[in-house]
Amino acid sequence: MTQESESIGEAGLRFFGKMSASISHEIKNVLAIINEIGGLLEDLALMAGRGRPVAPERLETVGTKLQQQVQRADRIVKTMNAFSHSVDEKSQAVDLNDVVALVIALAGRFAAMRGLSLVPGARGEAVAVTTAPFHLMHLVWLCLSHGMDAAGESRTVTVTATKSRTGGEIRFAPLQGLAETSAEAFPGAAGQALLAALGAEIVSAPAELVLVVPAGRGAPPL
Amino acid sequence: MTERVLLVDDEQDFLETLAARMRARDMEVATAAEARTALEKVVDGDFDAVILDLQMPEMDGIETLKALKAKNPDLQVILLTGHATPASGVEAMKLGAVDFLEKPADLRLLLEKIRAAKATRMLIAEKKTQEKIRKILEERSW
Repeated sequence: MTQESESIGEAGLRFFGKMSASISHEIKNVLAIINEIGGLLEDLALMAGRGRPVAPERLETVGTKLQQQVQRADRIVKTMNAFSHSVDEKSQAVDLNDVVALVIALAGRFAAMRGLSLVPGARGEAVAVTTAPFHLMHLVWLCLSHGMDAAGESRTVTVTATKSRTGGEIRFAPLQGLAETSAEAFPGAAGQALLAALGAEIVSAPAELVLVVPAGRGAPPL
Repeated sequence: MTERVLLVDDEQDFLETLAARMRARDMEVATAAEARTALEKVVDGDFDAVILDLQMPEMDGIETLKALKAKNPDLQVILLTGHATPASGVEAMKLGAVDFLEKPADLRLLLEKIRAAKATRMLIAEKKTQEKIRKILEERSW
């Protein structure tokens, strides 16, 4: 195993752990709400049993909230499932639009904790590349994390996938604070290793980051 | 006597449902979905306990705890978290939280802790009153 693949592997594990922990926090929040809704239904039943009738509209509202939380949990679990399966194949054809959507779903909680919004750019035609899906997602996360550091006053980062002559590009904008961020912190050792392994490159433009992904590259060498 | 509680959590449905259940148990409940609102309400309000979520946007529970205790060192704060660890519990207690519960929390247990917090608050108030009286008596050499 090369030093590069070790670095990617270790950093990848940390990335996987970080996202898994975040997902578990989100699910806990949903369970806490469902727990309170269950308790409220018990309270209402108790009150009804003591001769204080419950308005049907109240029960309907409680029922709707319960279903909304279940749907929320379902979305979280679907995201977790898609993320978990990204390690199934070393090399696979993916649509960069789907990669962007999944990383935004995973990163949403981190952004919210920082008072930021993540917005997928308008979805155009499919941007197909052959790559290592998990490693690409890790690289997109590193770019997005840096983008959140550089978001500046706009408090919103828009992430857009577009087709290019050589494959595809993922743009992170507007990053008004990009000039103030440290060049040493990003992309870092793991980022450099991922870029090399995927044959990708990062291009900085005023107030935006562009991740250039080649159309076809096999699995990173072990 | 009715307990007066401030609930602080960014999850609106959690806040509203828990508040409804506590009000059904004759508690006076104020709510805040973010730290800034909680800090404003603590200045104006007189709470027996603050129930504070550990993980909130922009200003997390630990930072909010520090800010709340700075405004009122005697404030009784109970932290709620999705994942309680011994390390985070110890940190919270060192910063002045009176207790630490994991979500989803058993309401009966939470209410017990609120009543205990109220008793502690009343004890602190009583001691301060006694201290004031002692000083007055000393000044007047009685």
